[in-house]
Amino acid sequence: MNLSNVNLAKGRSMLDVRGLQKVYEGSGRRVEAVRDLTFTVEAGELVCLVGPSGCGKTTLLKCVGGLLTPTAGEVFLGGERVTGPPPGMAVVFQEYGRSLFPWMRVRENVELPLKQKKLPSARRRELVADALESVGLTDAAGAYPWQLSGGMQQRVAIARALAYEPDVLLMDEPFAAVDAQTRAELEDLVRGLWRQRGITILFVTHDIDEAVYLGERVLILSSSPTVVQEQLKVDLPAERDQLHTRVAPRFAELRTHVYEQIQAAKRGTPVDRVVKDQRLP
Amino acid sequence: MKGGVNGGVRGVLLRVFFVVALPALLVAGWWVASDDSTDVYWPPLRTILTTFPDVWTGDRWRDDVLPSVLRLSAGYACAAVAGVAIGTVIGSYRRVRAVCEPVLEFLRAVPPPVLVPVIMLFAGIGDTMKIAVIASGCVWPILLNTVEGVRAVDSVMSETARSYGITGVARLRHVVLRSASPQIFAGLRQALSIGIILMVISEMFAASNGLGFTIVQFQRGFAIPDMWTGILLLGLLGFVLSVAFRLVERRVLGWYHGLRDVSRRSS
Repeated sequence: MNLSNVNLAKGRSMLDVRGLQKVYEGSGRRVEAVRDLTFTVEAGELVCLVGPSGCGKTTLLKCVGGLLTPTAGEVFLGGERVTGPPPGMAVVFQEYGRSLFPWMRVRENVELPLKQKKLPSARRRELVADALESVGLTDAAGAYPWQLSGGMQQRVAIARALAYEPDVLLMDEPFAAVDAQTRAELEDLVRGLWRQRGITILFVTHDIDEAVYLGERVLILSSSPTVVQEQLKVDLPAERDQLHTRVAPRFAELRTHVYEQIQAAKRGTPVDRVVKDQRLP
Repeated sequence: MKGGVNGGVRGVLLRVFFVVALPALLVAGWWVASDDSTDVYWPPLRTILTTFPDVWTGDRWRDDVLPSVLRLSAGYACAAVAGVAIGTVIGSYRRVRAVCEPVLEFLRAVPPPVLVPVIMLFAGIGDTMKIAVIASGCVWPILLNTVEGVRAVDSVMSETARSYGITGVARLRHVVLRSASPQIFAGLRQALSIGIILMVISEMFAASNGLGFTIVQFQRGFAIPDMWTGILLLGLLGFVLSVAFRLVERRVLGWYHGLRDVSRRSS
C-alpha cells in the first residue's frame, strides 16, 4: 500500500509457501485435500491460482491466510511464520453477502477492522474515504450492504481489504458469484488497483481466462490431492483491457496451454510437469 | 413498508382503520351485549368504564400499578441479562452445549408458576420472591433463543472477522451478538408475555400490593366491576408494553427487516 513498503520489499518473496499439506480427518475418513504445495509470491506481484474444481483451492487459501492449520508444511509472510490470521493479510471471500456485516453500513464495515488495529479516528476516516473512492463507492458509504447490487457488495469487500493496508491480499474466487459483465468490470478494477498501489495479490479462481487475463504468473494446480502442476509466466503487456487482450493471439495460446494442463490434471497425467517457472516455446 | 404502495394520507388512514376496526367492533359488541345485563358477575361495560376512574386513582397507580411494573421490569431485566449471557456461552461452545442441553430441556418444561411456592421458601414473600419468579420464567425463551442465534453465526462471517483480527470482546459485540439479535429479540418478545403472566400470578400468592393482588381482593370482596377494570388495565398494560417493545425492535433490528424484505423480493 504505502510506497516505501513496496520499494523496500520489491524482489524478495513476500509470501513463501513450503511443502504445504492438509489432511482432513473425521468419522473414519481421511481426505488429503492438499498434498504438497510449494511456491512463492514476490512483493508487488499478482499471482493467480487456477485448478480443476474441487482441487482444494479454498483449503489452500485458508491455510495461507492462517484460518486453517496445515497438517504439514509452513507459510511465511514477509519472513514471519504464519500461525494464525496475520495482521498483514486481508481476505476477500467469494460469498460477499455472507462476508459483509448486514447490520453495519458500508462505512462501518470498512472501518471495523481499522478500529481493531487501534488506528486513530482521523486516520481511519482517511483510509475509509480513500478505499471507497478507489472502488467508486463514495456515494454508497451510508448504505447497508444489502441495499447494493452483488457487484457493488464485492466492491465494498475489496474496499475493506484495501483500507486494511495488507502486505498480501488474498482473493478466494471473488467474482464467481457475479454476472459476466460485472465480473469484467471487477477484474479491471482489481488489475487497476494492483497497478496503482503495487499491492501483492494472490488470486484464486477456477476461471482460466480470468487467471490469464489478471495474473503476472499463473500457478496451475493438479486435482486433489493437490500439487503445483505448473507455474506459468504470463508475458502479456502490463496494459490490458477486456477488448484487446482477450483477442490477442498470445492470450489465446496461454489460455489454451492452461486449459490443456487442467484437462491433463483432471485425468491425472500431467502433460509436462515442471515445477520451476517456464516459458512456452 | 406496509401501506407504502398506497402512500400518502390515504395509506396512513387505511392503516389506522385496519388497526382500530376490530378492537372497536369488539368493544361495541361487548357494550351492546352487556348493556342490559343484570348479572352481578357480568356487569354492563358502561358500568365498568364509569367505575374505572374511581378505582384507578393516583394512589392506586402509586401503590399497586407502579410496584407491579417495577417488579416486572426488574425480573425481566435479570432474565434478559442472564439469558443472553448464559445463552452466549452455551451457544459458543459445542461441548458446553452437549452437557447443558438435556438439563435445559427439563428446566424449560417445568411450568414457572409451580416454582412460586418453592421460591417462596428461599426468598420469602417480599419483592425478591416475585422478581425471582418472573425472572425464572422469562429466562428460558431468551436463553434458548440466544443459544440458537449464537450457534447459527455464519461461518464465512466468522472467518472474515477472524481474518481481520476481530476477536474476543469485539467479536462478541460486533459480530456474534449482532448476528444473533433477531433470535434474541424473538426470545425477548416471548418472555415479555410470560413476564406479565408471572407478575400477576406471583402477586396472587402472599402479597400486599400489586395488580394481581388488587384484582384478587376485588373478586373476594365481590367488587365485580372493579375486578373487571383491573383486568382491562392488565390488558392495556400488556398492549402498551408490546407496542414499546416493537418500537425498540424496529430500531435495533431495522437492518434485519430491510435485509429480509430485499431477499424476499429477489427470491
